[in-house]
Amino acid sequence: MTGSKQALAQPASSADAAPGSQPGAARGAHGRGAPAGADSWRSRLYRWDMKASPYAFIAPFFILFGAFSLVPLLYTAWYSLHDVQLSSLDRQTWAGLDNYKNLWASDFFWTALKNTFTIGVISTVPQLLAALGLAHLLNYRLRGSTVWRVVMLTPYATSVAAATLVFTLLYSWDGGMVNWILHFFGVDPVNWRESDWGSQFAVSSIVIWRWTGYNALIYLAAMQAIPTDLYESAALDGANRWQQFRHVTIPQLRPTILFTVVVSTIGATQLFGEPLLFGGVSGSKGGSEHQYQTLGLYMYDQGWIIGNLGKASAIAWSMFLILVIVAVINMLFTRRLRKSQ
Amino acid sequence: MRTSTRRSRRLVAFAAVAALTTGVLAGCANDSDDGSSKSGGGNGDGKGKTTLTIGTFGVFGYKQAGLYDEYMKLHPDITVKENVTTRTDVYWPKVLTRLQAGSGADDIQAIEVGNITEAVQTQADKFVDLGKEVDTSQWLDWKLAQATTKDGKTIGLGTDIGPMAICYRKDLFEKAGLETDRTKLAAQWKGDWAKYVELGKEYMKKAPSGTKYVDSASSVYNAAIGGETETYYDRDGNVVWDKSAGVKKSWNVAMTVATSNMSAKLKQFDKPWDQGFANGTFATVACPAWMMGYIQEKSGDSGKGNWDVAAAPTAANWGGSFIGVPTAGKHQKEAIELAKWLTAPEQQAKVFAKQASFPSTPSAYADLEPAAATTAYFSDAPITQIFSDSANTIPTQYHGAKDQPILSAITDIGILQVEQKGKTPTQGWDAATKEIKDVLGQ
Repeated sequence: MTGSKQALAQPASSADAAPGSQPGAARGAHGRGAPAGADSWRSRLYRWDMKASPYAFIAPFFILFGAFSLVPLLYTAWYSLHDVQLSSLDRQTWAGLDNYKNLWASDFFWTALKNTFTIGVISTVPQLLAALGLAHLLNYRLRGSTVWRVVMLTPYATSVAAATLVFTLLYSWDGGMVNWILHFFGVDPVNWRESDWGSQFAVSSIVIWRWTGYNALIYLAAMQAIPTDLYESAALDGANRWQQFRHVTIPQLRPTILFTVVVSTIGATQLFGEPLLFGGVSGSKGGSEHQYQTLGLYMYDQGWIIGNLGKASAIAWSMFLILVIVAVINMLFTRRLRKSQ
Repeated sequence: MRTSTRRSRRLVAFAAVAALTTGVLAGCANDSDDGSSKSGGGNGDGKGKTTLTIGTFGVFGYKQAGLYDEYMKLHPDITVKENVTTRTDVYWPKVLTRLQAGSGADDIQAIEVGNITEAVQTQADKFVDLGKEVDTSQWLDWKLAQATTKDGKTIGLGTDIGPMAICYRKDLFEKAGLETDRTKLAAQWKGDWAKYVELGKEYMKKAPSGTKYVDSASSVYNAAIGGETETYYDRDGNVVWDKSAGVKKSWNVAMTVATSNMSAKLKQFDKPWDQGFANGTFATVACPAWMMGYIQEKSGDSGKGNWDVAAAPTAANWGGSFIGVPTAGKHQKEAIELAKWLTAPEQQAKVFAKQASFPSTPSAYADLEPAAATTAYFSDAPITQIFSDSANTIPTQYHGAKDQPILSAITDIGILQVEQKGKTPTQGWDAATKEIKDVLGQ
């Protein structure tokens, strides 16, 4: 036992004891005649507990993180440098950077990257704008405001699979409801699944439908934290509602907006379930021209449908690197914004 | 006093965390021998009862035909449990990883025909050689050959096969002024899928409004390629899809459909395809035996008595499965017995009677009885006769490990681009070529 450790332990135990009295005396007072040996064992246990228990408390997370995230992450990196087929996992031949070179030269990879980006933009931007508007409306005194809030959150509570199946029916080429409505405006039936922009729009609309309410609720929470006197003084200055929204609400929400942008960006990069199910049978191709195949879908197609796990791992790591780049850009952007404030 | 309660509270918390952590870790540790404990789980009750698990996909029909119950009655010490995964593309990767991990696989695993070559070429040592356990001459030669390695090891026993016929809507044919008699129709397109497509042009001239001749170009391709000897690989296992006469011929037939107006442009097994059956929007579909049940279910009452069955232009096969016994299983002996029993001609006939999955053992053909409802649904067509004629003349095909992704590249990329995106056949072929090269890592 070193002196410094004892010094660390001492104040803690004396803080627990009655003020002013010596730690030893306090112990003795309710020692109930316990022998000195047991007492020192107890204090040692106590000290050990003080130091170890914080680690024990956080250990579950780190053990799980290690077992299910870190190890697979590193193993994937190892895989990505090998030629590994799903049917012969034990036979791994060193491939160096071949898998990455293959990706670099593959049109499908760039198409997937481009799709992930465009679908990300056309799903995230309208989604956040709509959420902002909805939150603003909900922020007014409304009859049955809880009902509205619950209704808004309902899409978020439905499963991706259920939502996507319904949307797939709505967007069906022959007899789908969307085409039926369009025909009143004289629009010819759109083959949503096979058209380039139509399919991306359709997939985005599922994302928008599911996530708008969730973001609106986050905005709403932040809006309610804005002090009312700001609005009052703005009103005194003659600002109308729109001006109040622009010049009071938006600046006050800035950190929240940044948060939702970051979270939505991550979500958009990982987009997988919606396009897969939207494609129906062999949906992992993302359409006959890969027109809505996202990076996640491309990885799944390579790894589990074609069975080329080495290349799929390379895609996974490329996605990781892209996310890191996006995060760095986000961070620089945030810092800029903060400085300008 | 406060010190000790706080301390004890902390100790309790610590203990709880420790318990949770070890619980989780123990959970992980248990997971790895989950398979063996699953298959050996039946031993727990001490009566020496063995639980056998069988992993299948889709609807195998064993349970529906009451075969498990029957087997358990015959063998009171055995309990059979089926683990079903609906989709093959989810099922097969899972089986592959479990086989290679040496644990977690079921006592019996079903293998789809699209995966059997990959299993034979890469997983043969993970399966029991069933060729030694049964009289292999019971099976159709080509079916047995598909599950047998070069050195003669049979890793799976054939369950059903998918002999092909043409299912057609008699009522729509009549309105379009075409022949409706099944034997005369079969004679009109006999020998060549191109003739079947030619008839489609006739149909479209007087087609009842809102109907098309065929569901999709891909389904015609699928049916035509099923009757070709040479498809994507040659006898020695070399990839020859780009030079293959069978692929070229089937592709050309599919292109005639894709560039005409005779296709309803549906994707098979998609929701709209089901609706097409219900609304009668296409007049014909190439139907392997196992599709009979599907048509009955999706077409419903409106199709009853309107559907008829005629022999396909060529004898072709589409689909079918095998069951194999992984060597990692704890109850191999019992599993082999069950696999033998399930694939015996008598049992295959029972599955056919239930859901028209066609037996792979010719000795069952003589007294094969389809369900009365099926016969009535398809206008009293001699279903058994048509399918067994086809089954007996299906050519032996050579398969390769990447058959499935290559087929998917041709139908879901190449043909779909021409049919639904208005690309030219050359553009479609180029797109499929690019996709296949990606699949093969070229």
